Amino acid sequence: MQGTSKNDLIIRIGGEGGEGVISVGDFITQACAHAGLNVYTFKTFPAEIKGGYAMYQVRTSTEQLYNQGDTFDVLCAFNGDAYHNNRDFLKPGTAIVYDSPGDFTPDIPEGVHAYPIPMTETAKDMRNPRAKNMVAMGALSVLFNIPVESLRKVLTAKFSRKGEEVVKGNLEALERGRELAAALKKTDPWTIGAPKSAQDVIVMSGNNAIGLGALIAGLDFFSAYPITPATEVAIYVAKHLPKRGGTLIQAEDEIASISQVVGASYAGKKAMTSTSGPGLALMSEMLGMAFMAELPIVVVDVQRGGPSTGLPTKHEQSDLFLAIHGGHGDAGRIVLSVENVQDCIDLTVVAFNLAEKYQCPVILLSDGSLAFSTQNVPYPDPGSYKLVERERWNGEGEYQRYLLTKSGISPMTDPGTIGGAHIATGLEHNEDGLPSYTSVNHEAMQDKRFRKLKNVVNDIAPVEVDAAQGVGTADLGLIAWGSTIGVVREALQHLRAEGYKVSGFYPKLLNPLPVQQFEDFGATCKRLLLPEVNFQGQLAHFVRAETSLRPESYTICGGMPFTPEMIVKKVKEILA
Amino acid sequence: MNAILHPQMHLHKVELKPKDYKTDAPSFWCAGCGHYGVLTGLLRSLAELGVDPNFLVSVSGIGCSSRLPYFVNSYKMHTLHGRAGPVATGVQLARPDLSVVITGGDGDGFSIGGGHMPHLARKNINMIYILMDNHVYGLTKGQCSPTSRTEMQTTTTPYGGVEEPLDPIMYMLTYGATYVAQAFAGNVKLASQLIKEGMEHQGFAFVNLLSQCPSFNNIDTAQAFKDACEEVPAGHDASDLSAAMNAVNAAKQAGRIPTGLLYKTERPTLDQRMAKLVEGVGGSKNYDLRKIIDLARP
Repeated sequence: MQGTSKNDLIIRIGGEGGEGVISVGDFITQACAHAGLNVYTFKTFPAEIKGGYAMYQVRTSTEQLYNQGDTFDVLCAFNGDAYHNNRDFLKPGTAIVYDSPGDFTPDIPEGVHAYPIPMTETAKDMRNPRAKNMVAMGALSVLFNIPVESLRKVLTAKFSRKGEEVVKGNLEALERGRELAAALKKTDPWTIGAPKSAQDVIVMSGNNAIGLGALIAGLDFFSAYPITPATEVAIYVAKHLPKRGGTLIQAEDEIASISQVVGASYAGKKAMTSTSGPGLALMSEMLGMAFMAELPIVVVDVQRGGPSTGLPTKHEQSDLFLAIHGGHGDAGRIVLSVENVQDCIDLTVVAFNLAEKYQCPVILLSDGSLAFSTQNVPYPDPGSYKLVERERWNGEGEYQRYLLTKSGISPMTDPGTIGGAHIATGLEHNEDGLPSYTSVNHEAMQDKRFRKLKNVVNDIAPVEVDAAQGVGTADLGLIAWGSTIGVVREALQHLRAEGYKVSGFYPKLLNPLPVQQFEDFGATCKRLLLPEVNFQGQLAHFVRAETSLRPESYTICGGMPFTPEMIVKKVKEILA
Repeated sequence: MNAILHPQMHLHKVELKPKDYKTDAPSFWCAGCGHYGVLTGLLRSLAELGVDPNFLVSVSGIGCSSRLPYFVNSYKMHTLHGRAGPVATGVQLARPDLSVVITGGDGDGFSIGGGHMPHLARKNINMIYILMDNHVYGLTKGQCSPTSRTEMQTTTTPYGGVEEPLDPIMYMLTYGATYVAQAFAGNVKLASQLIKEGMEHQGFAFVNLLSQCPSFNNIDTAQAFKDACEEVPAGHDASDLSAAMNAVNAAKQAGRIPTGLLYKTERPTLDQRMAKLVEGVGGSKNYDLRKIIDLARP
C-alpha cells in the first residue's frame, strides 16, 4: 500500500547473522533521520546466538509513519537464505538488489526489477571482506536516493572510534558500491523523497525509550534479570542510571528483582524492574504484596510469543490476562500499554506518576516488535514532564500508615522519619499495619485499596478517538491496543480514502478500563472489531466482561505484527 | 522529603534500654519457644549499640520466626515466604544509611528462599541475617525442613525422614559471607554478643541461632541444643576460612555444634562499590539529562 506514495519506501535487508545486516539497517535509518525523514524500523533475528537468517527493514517517508508497513518495496539480499525467505514477497514492481556472483542464482519473477551487485567479490578485491555490507549500502544509496551525505556522516561517526583506517576502508567500499550501481540502468520507480526540513529529533528503540522515560520520571533504583526481548531496557538503564546517581542491580531471578524493587520503594525511592512474560509470571506473588502493602512500583513487560518459553524473539500481545489478573487473592494493579517509541518515553513517566500517586504496582506493556523498532521522535524536553511524588506524612498527630481516607490514599513515610515507623506487610492489617482478620476490617481495607483506583482514569489523557469529521455513525469501529494501534491508524486512512465509514479507538490505560469512554465510542459505531496479536482475543474478552460492548475478535499469532493490508482486507470482508 | 533524615545512622547513637525497643504487640509464639531468646538477644544488642529505631529496618519473610519484626520498635517489612533477602537488599542499597536486620526461619531461608542466599553473601550486602533455626516448619504445624535431622518424624515424614539435612553455616562460609557465627538461642549472652558484632560488621553478617520448637520438634529440645553446643576453642583463627570449615567439620564428626564467631573477613560492601561506580562516572541527581538524550541524536 505504501506504493501509492513514492515518498514512502520500505527497504528490507536480509542475510546471515553477523554479516552486517543490522549495521546497514542502522546506518540507513540514522542517515534518513539525520536528513529529516521519518523512520520506522522492524527487525527479526534468530533466538540462537550465532548464524541464522537476520532481517532488518527500514521504512522511511516524508510523512509521519505509524507502523512497519505491509511488505517491502526493495529487497537487499546478502545471501541465498535472504533471497529464498523473501522469494514469495517479490511482487511485480518490487526491486531486488542481490549479491552476484554469490551463493545463489535468483530466479527473478516477472515484473521484478533486479540489480545484481558483486558485493562479496568487490569487498574481497578491496582486501576488506567485512565491508561487503558497505558495498551493498553504497549501491542502495544510488538506486533509491538514500541521503548520501548523511550516510557518510553517520558512518564516519560510528567507525571513528576504530581509527582512521577503518573509516577510510568503509567509505571506500561505500563509494565502490555507488559506482557499481551507477553503471546499472534504473528501471523501478522507488526513490526516497526529499526531506521537508531537518527536525530536532532523536532516534531510539522502544526498549531504550522506556529506559529514557524512567530516567525522566526520576528513577532511583532499578533491578532486573536478563530476558529476551526486555534485556535492552536494563542495558540502557545500566549505562545511564549511574550518571544520575541511581542504583542498578542485576538480580538472581525475577522474584528477586521485583522484591528488591519493593524494598527500595519502601525505602522511599522510585523503583522499577523490566521483564518479559515468563518473568512477569514469577513476579505475580510480589505484585500482590505491593498492592497489599501499598507500595509504588513500576514493572515493564516487553511481551514475547508464548505460552511457556514459546517464541522468545517473536512478537505477540499475549500477557494482558496475566498483567490484569495474574496473581492470587483479588489484587488490583494499573496496566498501561504503549503504541510506539513516543509512548515508551511518555507513558513510562505516566507509569511512575500513577504508581507514586496511587501507591500500587503499575505494569507497562510493550511488545517484541516495538522493543527493537527504532523510530524518530521529537527531541524530548525533560523539564516539560509533570512529575508526581508520593504523598508523604506532614508529621502532625499520630501516624497511621493505612489510615482510611476518603480517596483511599494514605500518606507514606520514608525510613528515618521521626514518628513515622510502620510495618509494610502482606498480612491483612488495620490502619496501624497490625494484623487484623475481622470481616469488617478486611472489607474496609479491600474497599480502600480498590477505591484508589477509581480515579486513575482522570489522571490520564482521554482515549484517542480516530474518526473522520462529520461522518456520524461509523459502519465499523476498530478498537486496538499496543503497537497494533499504529497499524489500524494507517488502515483507516486507506479505508476512508475509499469511502468506508470507519473509526478507531486507541486505549492506553487497560486496567482499570475506562468503561464510560468505551461505551461512548461503542455508541458511535454499528459494529466493532478488535484486532490483537494473541490466540484467545484477550482484550476482546476483557471488554466484553467490563462493558456492554460485544466487539468481534480478529486475532493472529504467527509471531509477526499485523500489517495495514490485513486490517483493510478484514474490514472489507466484514462490511461487504 | 519532609523527613529529618540522618546521613550517617552508624554514627547516630541513641540511649535506650532493651525494653524501649520492644513493642506491645501481643505474644505470638508458644510457651518455651526458643524464639523468645532470639528476640531478647536482639533487643539487648540494639540497646548496647544505641541503634536509632527510626533508622532501623527489620525485614522478614513468612514463618513463626518471621513474626519477630512485630515486636521490634522500628521500620519493618513482613514480606513473602523466602523473599526477605532480596527485599532487604532493595532497602539497604536504596538507603545505605539504614541498619537492616533480617530474621527468619530455616525453611524460609534455606528451602523456599535458598536461591537468594548465595547472592546476599557473595554481593556482601551490608546487613545482618539472623537465622532462627529450629529444624522444623512450625507455622504449618510440624513438617520437615531442610535442616531437620533425618531420623525426625514429622507430619510429612510419618515413617521417619529420608533426606540429609543441610548445614547453613557451611553454605554461608562457601557462599562468601564475611561474618559467620552460631549460638544456641537460649544462650542470650553469646547470642546478643554475636548479633551485636554482626551488626557492627561492615558487610553481610550471618548468625545462626539454634532455637528449640517445643510444639513440633521433640528431638531438638532446648536441653539437646544446649548439650550439643560447644564454643570454638579460644585459639580459633576466625580470619582463616579453612580453619572455620575444619572447625565445623570436626565438631560435626564429634556430634557437636560449634558456636561463637567462626569466620570474619573484610571486603567492600555492594553499596560501597556502587557508590564508587557512581563517583567514577561523575554521577549525581543534577547530571543533565540532555547529555544522555543527545546520545540518541542521529
